[in-house]
Amino acid sequence: MKSGTFHLSRRAMLSAMAAAAAVVSFGLGAPAPVMAADPIKVSAIYTVPVEQQWVSRIHKALNAAQERGDITYEFSENVANTDYERVMREYAENGSALILGEVFGVERAARKVAADYPETAFLMGSSFGPEGDNFSVFDNYIHEPSYLVGMAAGKATKSNKIGMVGGFAIPEVNRLMNAFMEGAKSVNPDVEFTVTFINSWYDPPKAKEAAFAMIDKGADVMYAERFGVSDAAKERGVLAVGNVIDTAADYPGTILGSALWHMEPTVDHAIAAVKAGEFKAEDYGKFSYMAPGGGTVVLDGALLPDGTVAEVEAKQAEILDGSFTVNVNDEEPKSSM
Amino acid sequence: MEIIDILLTANFWAAALRIATPLIFGVLGALICERAGVLNLGIEGIFTAGAMAGWMAVWLGAGLWGGVLFAALAGSFFGLIHAILTVPLGLSQHVSGIGVTLLATSLSYFTYRTALPDVSSPPRIIPFQPLDIPILSDLPFIGPALLSQTALTMLALVMVFVTGWVLYRTPLGLAIRAVGDNPSSVEAQGLSVYALRIGAVVAGSSLMALGGAFLTMSAFDAFFFGMINGRGWVCIALTVFASWRPGKALLGALLFGAFDAFQVRLQTEVGAFLPSQVFLMMPYLLSIAALIIVARKADYPKALLVPWFKGQR
Repeated sequence: MKSGTFHLSRRAMLSAMAAAAAVVSFGLGAPAPVMAADPIKVSAIYTVPVEQQWVSRIHKALNAAQERGDITYEFSENVANTDYERVMREYAENGSALILGEVFGVERAARKVAADYPETAFLMGSSFGPEGDNFSVFDNYIHEPSYLVGMAAGKATKSNKIGMVGGFAIPEVNRLMNAFMEGAKSVNPDVEFTVTFINSWYDPPKAKEAAFAMIDKGADVMYAERFGVSDAAKERGVLAVGNVIDTAADYPGTILGSALWHMEPTVDHAIAAVKAGEFKAEDYGKFSYMAPGGGTVVLDGALLPDGTVAEVEAKQAEILDGSFTVNVNDEEPKSSM
Repeated sequence: MEIIDILLTANFWAAALRIATPLIFGVLGALICERAGVLNLGIEGIFTAGAMAGWMAVWLGAGLWGGVLFAALAGSFFGLIHAILTVPLGLSQHVSGIGVTLLATSLSYFTYRTALPDVSSPPRIIPFQPLDIPILSDLPFIGPALLSQTALTMLALVMVFVTGWVLYRTPLGLAIRAVGDNPSSVEAQGLSVYALRIGAVVAGSSLMALGGAFLTMSAFDAFFFGMINGRGWVCIALTVFASWRPGKALLGALLFGAFDAFQVRLQTEVGAFLPSQVFLMMPYLLSIAALIIVARKADYPKALLVPWFKGQR
């Protein structure tokens, strides 16, 4: 009984302290939006290691924002989908103003968490649309540079056979492959494609075997969606096309060009919106397009036939001024027969 | 017919053997453990540990064979944990094995991340290069298939014979097989059941780790989290397929390798008509079919999964 009263009084004291703390923090917190120079707290939750191509682009953009002093940044990598919701809640509870991540495996649960924390801004990689007031989505919409690098590949192939190795046949992958194929066909109608998926994001030996199989069949340009494909291309002395990240330095004389993804426009827009108190649910996909600088193409002129670079640059200008639109096609790409 | 053409190319068989190599190591390791009466579900984690340890050792300057040795040591370390838990302590082999897999996988990644906190992609090593063995390479058909293989694949093939010889031609092998069938009889011979079982699990686990090391030191040149991708589990199934015999283990691994090499080639041939998932399913589906045919007569080691305690009947 005695200890009970003690408990009660302690609880009362604790709540009094909490109230006092709340008053104090309100007192300090109120002018915060005015002091926009203060870094905001940003967290990110990744289901794969930060080395993974796709995730590394988000990680890089957030690190850059932290170095500028715009944000403080903490992240969890390799979070299992079954654990994702818990980590989201943890970051929301500990006062993150903006939480980024990828919710392809937990679309529904993630939206539920966002609804529970209306004060927190969520910006998630997702196959679906934005939701509520605070759940925004992004994705790697780099079909434009993929189309352009496809043109270069179509020019570069001598056997007219291009091999493509992908992870999973999901919209994020299909979209880029389809744009790449369309680009190659636009300059070389005779080109044929072989497409293989390895059903893993992270199995370089398997990707390498799939690439070897295509090179054995005569492919002389390999679309390297996964690690391991460029390795096979280099070993057999054929060309490869990079995707999302620039790996040309690791494979000298092999990468004819790459379609790169930049998360900086997406991330910076979200940070500015949170700082201004104007963050709302929207589709950030457009910030990965070429016009805002979310996608770029790099080419290695030394590995391409004369005039290719100029032709690609002309098409790039058409994309940038809006006179040419690259189709968004999320269907699973198939080998040509 | 294009399908026949696929099977007749040396490149196809070279690919099959490459894909089979880690499985050969894994199945041999698993069957040594099981022959002694201990199921080792730590295999998937031990693969990961071997892949990480071997690659990391080479990256730190240990040399390729130093890396192989280091991978084997990492494997035996986790094997020892599993052996202590399951043999003298007699705990559930399933639970301990899964525990070892989780521990070894996470510890490998922890070590990797601690050693390389902010790399954008893992550093690469110079892996084992294809061998050119004078007489073997000149053989018709088999020669070119062997030509593109590395020293680790040769080691795997040699280990098939070594394991077979030890198990069936030496007193040690007899004791290992007996301890998995009837441990009390081994005890009656004055041999230590614990020592034999622990020794077999440690040796088997070091072989499993070499399967992982092959992936980072021969098939590829860097370590990625999750790159083992279920290969360890495939080995557990192949062990049953092999009826715990090294020769059949080689056959089973080659069969799986051939299925896998076949499906990627088939995907490029008829991929326009069939969804890609059908092909990816193929090696597993065919393995299950093969298992059904073979495993009906499976002759399990009698004392598999049964803990043995000294002085208890």
